[in-house]
Amino acid sequence: MTPAIELAGVSRLFGAVRALDDVSLTIGSGEFFALLGPSGSGKTTCLRLIAGFDQPTAGTITLFGEDVTGVPPFRRSVNTVFQDYALFPHMSVVENVGYGPMVRGVGADERRRLALEVLELVQLAALADRAPSQLSGGQKQRVALARALVNRPKVLLLDEPLGALDLRLREEMQIELKAIQQKLGITFVYVTHDQGEALSMADRVAVFRDGRIEQVDTPRELYVRPRTAFVARFVGSANVIEGALARRVAGSDRAFAIRPEMIEVRGFDEPVPAGMLSCEGTLEEVHYHGATSRWHVRVGDTVLTAVRPEAAAAAAIPAHGARLRLAWAREGLVPLEER
Amino acid sequence: MRSSAWDRASLGQKIAAFAGLAFLHLPVWVIFLYAFTTEDRTYQFPPPGLTLHWFEVAFARQDIWAALKLSLAVASVATAIALALGTLAAFALARSRFRGRELITLLFVLPIALPGIITGIALLSAFRLGGIQPGFWTIVVGHATFCIVIVHNNVIARLRRIPPSWVEASTDLGANGWQTFRHVLLPQIATALLAGGMLAFALSFDEIIVTLFTAGHERTLPIWFFNELFRPRERPITNVVAVTVVLITLVPILLAYRLTRPNETRG
Amino acid sequence: MAARRAAAAFLHGRRGFYLALLLLPPLLWLGIIYLGSLFALLAQSFYAIDEFTARIVPEFTLATYRQLFSHPANLDIILRTLAMALAVTAAAAVIAFPVANYMARYATPRMKALFYVGVMLPMWTSYLVKVYAWRLVLAKQGIFSWFVDVFGLTPVLDGALATPVIGGPSLASSYIGMFIVFVYMWLPFMILPLVAALERVPGSLVAASADLGARPGQTFRHVVLPLALPGLAAGSIFTFSLTLGDYIIPSVVGAPGYFIGMMVYQQQGTAGNLPLAAAFSVVPIILIAVYLALARRMGAFDAL
Repeated sequence: MTPAIELAGVSRLFGAVRALDDVSLTIGSGEFFALLGPSGSGKTTCLRLIAGFDQPTAGTITLFGEDVTGVPPFRRSVNTVFQDYALFPHMSVVENVGYGPMVRGVGADERRRLALEVLELVQLAALADRAPSQLSGGQKQRVALARALVNRPKVLLLDEPLGALDLRLREEMQIELKAIQQKLGITFVYVTHDQGEALSMADRVAVFRDGRIEQVDTPRELYVRPRTAFVARFVGSANVIEGALARRVAGSDRAFAIRPEMIEVRGFDEPVPAGMLSCEGTLEEVHYHGATSRWHVRVGDTVLTAVRPEAAAAAAIPAHGARLRLAWAREGLVPLEER
Repeated sequence: MRSSAWDRASLGQKIAAFAGLAFLHLPVWVIFLYAFTTEDRTYQFPPPGLTLHWFEVAFARQDIWAALKLSLAVASVATAIALALGTLAAFALARSRFRGRELITLLFVLPIALPGIITGIALLSAFRLGGIQPGFWTIVVGHATFCIVIVHNNVIARLRRIPPSWVEASTDLGANGWQTFRHVLLPQIATALLAGGMLAFALSFDEIIVTLFTAGHERTLPIWFFNELFRPRERPITNVVAVTVVLITLVPILLAYRLTRPNETRG
Repeated sequence: MAARRAAAAFLHGRRGFYLALLLLPPLLWLGIIYLGSLFALLAQSFYAIDEFTARIVPEFTLATYRQLFSHPANLDIILRTLAMALAVTAAAAVIAFPVANYMARYATPRMKALFYVGVMLPMWTSYLVKVYAWRLVLAKQGIFSWFVDVFGLTPVLDGALATPVIGGPSLASSYIGMFIVFVYMWLPFMILPLVAALERVPGSLVAASADLGARPGQTFRHVVLPLALPGLAAGSIFTFSLTLGDYIIPSVVGAPGYFIGMMVYQQQGTAGNLPLAAAFSVVPIILIAVYLALARRMGAFDAL
């Protein structure tokens, strides 16, 4: 099947700054695809290139097999949900949603019908004639979504749409967005800096860093098998063991990642089960997180983090500086590439 | 900040402030008073009596009507030209960054930055050099030139407050440049256009400094008024015309002000 | 519709072309008409009047400038205008300060809005009407004399009018009167930038100054005034250049002495000597350019 979006060797330079550096990506039709990365990593630039608001300095962009480099946004079958919603304040909700059909010449009655249909989908039909200024943040978000969906685009681009919402609302919207995507079968490209969001919603995620893609994989693979130290730290805050510590612990110079929940915290004198690797360390801090607690243990010049479920924490928490032993299974170590 | 002891204005400061304000207002109120005086020869104060007689006399005068009509015509045409050119300039300069942009902005501001007399004599020099006879169109050209920047300032201020995502959203949804302008930008700048237009109109209507150079034999209302200053034949009629001019120019300006700054009074 | 879409797509990528298209009409207008006239002005100042035919001889010559600077009367005119412009600027600054200070730092939001409209209303009132109003107010039997009489200050007024040079038969025909009118006219132009500059002085600085032991007068002199200077400089640009170029106020209210503006107006009109008028008008251009350079150093451009 033709992939929905293909980027081949795409670069975008702003003077000397490389916002995107030789990026190649394939997004399949009907996928919920996330572009994840810290600010300035190039994920928003990538989105804008797909939308057509910007042109690549090098490389090509293909939508459903058609080269769209140089094609203006109003000619691409791609629609965008903006971070600041970009609702037109001088139009009502239903007029905003009907904007796309209007500029294509659809008649007033038909426009309203189409708009109301999509507003039903986001459960806002009752507010159709309100002005955007009278809506809450969450409601504006849904109007922006409805407005982008009414044109039945083949690809929907979302630029950190949930950033301005509070936690509870954000989680609700995440579930709704996923449901809508699966219902309509549209390809979603979702930009976010929140790795939790990307992991919970996306089918596949591309992790961006300094204009390049570090890894493209399913959420599970990214979490369990990160390929680089950056991905290991950014997605799920894994521990990265490298250099001297790596040599001592794993007998090899290569860097490793290990997830905090894979590390067991044991008393210094407790025996280590056979087959497990271990090392000694001193306790720095313990952070209580309700269901779990995070133990920060200093091993040499690195601080490793271990997660202990609340159920297992029967004994009292040792004092700062207490000597402990960390143990883990060999399979828990994930080898990392040099980048 | 207002509640601290040393942050309250002293009585002396308040008196000084209000006195300054009063100084600014009294003279014009005087004119309004004199338009109704029964005395027609001296500037006697207080006026001996009040009447509407002079209004009748003034409205019967043909020369006043002719001057008024000319001023209205000139102001309308100059405003129209300024609206067109000022808006084009505002769109070009709102969000672009190119070399020479500061210079171009300076060029737009120059007509009101340099004293009117310079503009006036410069235009006259040009007309004489080019053998152009002063008349209606020379007046319009002079007025339009400094009205352009008024419209430009109003429109560009409004344009700069429009988030760029709106334009992107519009093109994203399928609108081409013209449609985006018509459906998204125009409604937003409508008030700025109106305000700029009204300010330009008022400015052109009241203009005397440049007009005295470019009018030749034509007489706009301010020119009529200026001539009367040196021929105090019927002072009360002049007062009536003064009141009329103030009203015709003040109302559009006040409206324009309300349009561009409706939130001024909210703390 | 299809053609328009094609055109829109064409323009979409070519931003430079689009900008040029927009900018061309206004630029052409201003370039040709305004800049062109300024050049014409300059050109005219380098021509001269033929004494016999009273026609302009379109040949490059410095005769007109020589005429301008060699007659002591002309130099008098220039100095007189300059002196008035500076005096008006100083007076406007002094009067504007209490008003602006009150508006920026002490007025409640409602008072401030009232004051804003109060300051701008006279600014927007017709220029000629204001000049005319003052003529009435300052006349021999006008309101001003009446006021002075009520307060018993007539001898003071007579004394002031008797002062040589700036006095005169009545306020309406003396430099004092002219001075008052000038200050009145440009006062709002001084107040507004000053308010903006004073608003930008953080209250915490005044508080810090008081906390460190300074009396209100000292705080004003050492903290507020230096920070308000850009606003003063910005306002002074208006008062200076507007006074320098004005020709109507000196003709309507004032002593017989000539001002630059009046010379320009007269020379191009009744005297028919356009080159001389042009040469005269080059003087304020230069003076204003110098003043702008000075004001810029004082930070005026940031306060505009």
